[in-house]
Amino acid sequence: MNRLTYIGFVIVVLLVITAVFAPWIAPQDPLYIPDVFTKFGPPSATNWLGTDSIGRDILSRVIYGARISLEVGITVTVVSAIIGMLIGAIAGFYGGLIDKILSGYIFNVFLAFPGLLLAIAMVAFLGPGLGKLILALCIIGWVGYARVMRGQVLKIREYDFVQAARALGASNMRILFTHILPNAIQPLIVQASLGMAGAVLSEASLSFLGLGIPAPAPSWGTMILEAQQTGFETVLGLAPHALFVPGTAIALSVLAFNFIGDGLREYLDPKQRKR
Amino acid sequence: MKYKILNFARQLGLFLLVVWTVVSLVTLLIELVPGDPAIAALKDAATPEQIQNFRILHGLDKPAFFFTFSRDEELYRGYQEFQEQPDEKLRRSNENFLSLFAEDLAVEWKTRQLKWHGADNRYVHYWKGVLTGDLGISFSTGRPVRDMIFENYPNTLELTLAAMFIAILIAIPLGVLAGTNKGSLIDNFSSFFALLGISLPGFVIGPAMVYLFSVKLRIFAVTGNTNPEDIVLPAVTLGAALSAILTRMVRSSVIEELGEDYVRTARAKGLSERKVVYKHVLKNGLIPVVTILGLQLGVLLAGSIITETIFSWPGIGLLLVKQGIGNRDYRLVQGCVLVISVTYILANLLTDLVYRWLDPRIRLS
Repeated sequence: MNRLTYIGFVIVVLLVITAVFAPWIAPQDPLYIPDVFTKFGPPSATNWLGTDSIGRDILSRVIYGARISLEVGITVTVVSAIIGMLIGAIAGFYGGLIDKILSGYIFNVFLAFPGLLLAIAMVAFLGPGLGKLILALCIIGWVGYARVMRGQVLKIREYDFVQAARALGASNMRILFTHILPNAIQPLIVQASLGMAGAVLSEASLSFLGLGIPAPAPSWGTMILEAQQTGFETVLGLAPHALFVPGTAIALSVLAFNFIGDGLREYLDPKQRKR
Repeated sequence: MKYKILNFARQLGLFLLVVWTVVSLVTLLIELVPGDPAIAALKDAATPEQIQNFRILHGLDKPAFFFTFSRDEELYRGYQEFQEQPDEKLRRSNENFLSLFAEDLAVEWKTRQLKWHGADNRYVHYWKGVLTGDLGISFSTGRPVRDMIFENYPNTLELTLAAMFIAILIAIPLGVLAGTNKGSLIDNFSSFFALLGISLPGFVIGPAMVYLFSVKLRIFAVTGNTNPEDIVLPAVTLGAALSAILTRMVRSSVIEELGEDYVRTARAKGLSERKVVYKHVLKNGLIPVVTILGLQLGVLLAGSIITETIFSWPGIGLLLVKQGIGNRDYRLVQGCVLVISVTYILANLLTDLVYRWLDPRIRLS
C-alpha cells in the first residue's frame, strides 16, 4: 500500500476519535449563542477558529459536525451495501429472467438518474430531515454495490470449488454465503470505502442546498450554507474561516476515504500493483 | 446485419423503457409530499376557497393514479370507536406486541379500499402534457413551467460546455505528461491533483476561487453573469472534478497504448517521440476518454445545481433550488428534474453510439 493510503487511514482514525469524543474535545457547546458577540469574530483565545454569523464557536461546531458526517456515512454505506449485495447476489446467482429484470432494467433505471439529482428530488418532496436524507442516499447508493456483487458472483460461481460444493449437495444458500460471498468481498470493500466518501460528500452537498439536516445542527454543509447566506463578499472579506474551516473538514474526510479506496483497489489488484 | 438490427432494436427498447420509468417516477414524485401539496405550496395563510381554486387550477383535485388504495375515513372511525382506550392498548402492547400489530394490520386492510378511477387522473394528464411539450403551470409564478425552463436551460448548457472545455484543456496535457513520465514527480503531482479534484466539492472550490481571484486579486467579479468573463470561475469550479477524472483516464490510457506493437513500429521507423505520442498514442488513447466525457455530461448537469447556487448563475439548477424547492413549487421541481434526467439519459445513449462508431472492435463484436 502506498503512502497516501496510510495518510487516509490516519485521517479516518482521527475523524472517528473526534466524533466519538466530541463532548470532551470541543471547547464549547456547538449550539451556544453568547448574549454579546461579534458577528464573524476572528480567531481568539476563547474561539480558536473564530465565530460564525451568530457568534457560535466554529471549532466546536466542526468537531460535532464529524458526528453527523460519520453517522450519515456509516449508516448509508452499511444499509446500501447490504441491500446492494443481496440484490446483486440474487441477480448473479440465479441468472435467467431474474437477472434480466434486475440488471437489465432496474439497475439501468437507477443509473439513469444522476445520483445527486434523485436525492435532491426525493428530499425536496419529502422535506428535510436526517432519516429522509439517509433514505434518499441509500436509494441512490445500493445500485453500485449490486453491480459489483453481480459481476463477482457471475465470475465466482463458475469456479471449480463452487461446482465441487454443488456436487456434494450443498444448498444454494450455503453456496452463496459460505463459498461465494467470502471470495467476492474484496472489491466490495473498495466500493464501500469509495461509497463512504460519496455519502459524506452527498450529505454535505444536500445540507449545503438546505435539504439536509435542519438548521441549528452543526452539519458541515449547513455551516457553509449559513456562512454564505450572509453574502459572499461579506463572508470572504470579513471571515473567510467561516467558509474554509468546514470546507477543509469536508475535503479532508472525503479525501481520506478516497485515498483508502484507491489504495485498497491497487493493493487488491495485482495487475495494477506491478505498474 | 440481421443481428445488428435486432441489437439496435433491443437497445432502443431498453432506452424507451428507462425513459418511461423515469418520467413515471417524476410524475408520481409529487405524491411523496407529506399531507396536501396544495396546502404546502400555499403555506398557512390561504383560505379554504383559495386552496380549492388552486387544486382545480393545477389538477390536484383529480386522483393521483388509475386506482387508489386509500383509507375509507368513515369505516376507519367506526373501527377506532370500536377499539379500546389508549392506555388499555398500551398495556396490551407491552404484553403481546405481535398480536396487537397483527390486529392493526387487519384494521388497515379492512378499512382500505381499492378504488378504480379510470383515465381521468394526474398520472395520465401529466403524461399527456409531457408528450405535447407542456410541463404544467408553475405553482409560484403561474407561468408555464416549460417557458421558465427554456429561459434558464441555455445558461446551464453554456456553463456545462465551458466546464467540459476547461476540463479537457487541463486534463489532456497533464495526463499525457504523467503517462509518458510514469513515476516521475509530475506523475505523482497529477495523481494527487486528480484525487484532490474528485474529493473537493464545488461549494469548497467555488468560495476558494472567489476568495483568490475576486477578493484578493480582483480579476473577476464575485457572482453574476453580466460580463462574458463571469463564466470562468463557475466553469472551473464545475469542471474541476471532471478534469481530475479525465487526467487519470488519459494517463492510464497513454500508459496502456505505449505498450502496444504499433508504437514500437512507429518508433522503429524513426518517428520522433513527440509524433509517436501525439499522432499515434493519443489518437487511440482518446477513445475511452470520449466515453467518459459523455457519461460525465450528466454528472456535470447534476453538479451544476450546486455550482449555479454558489455563483447565482441563472441556470436550471438555480431555478430548481431557489424557485422550485425554495418556494415549494412542486410543479417546477418536477419539470426541472425531468428535463435534467432526460438530458442525462440522451447524453448516455449518444455516448454509446459514438463509442461504437469510434471503436470498430466493439462495432463488430
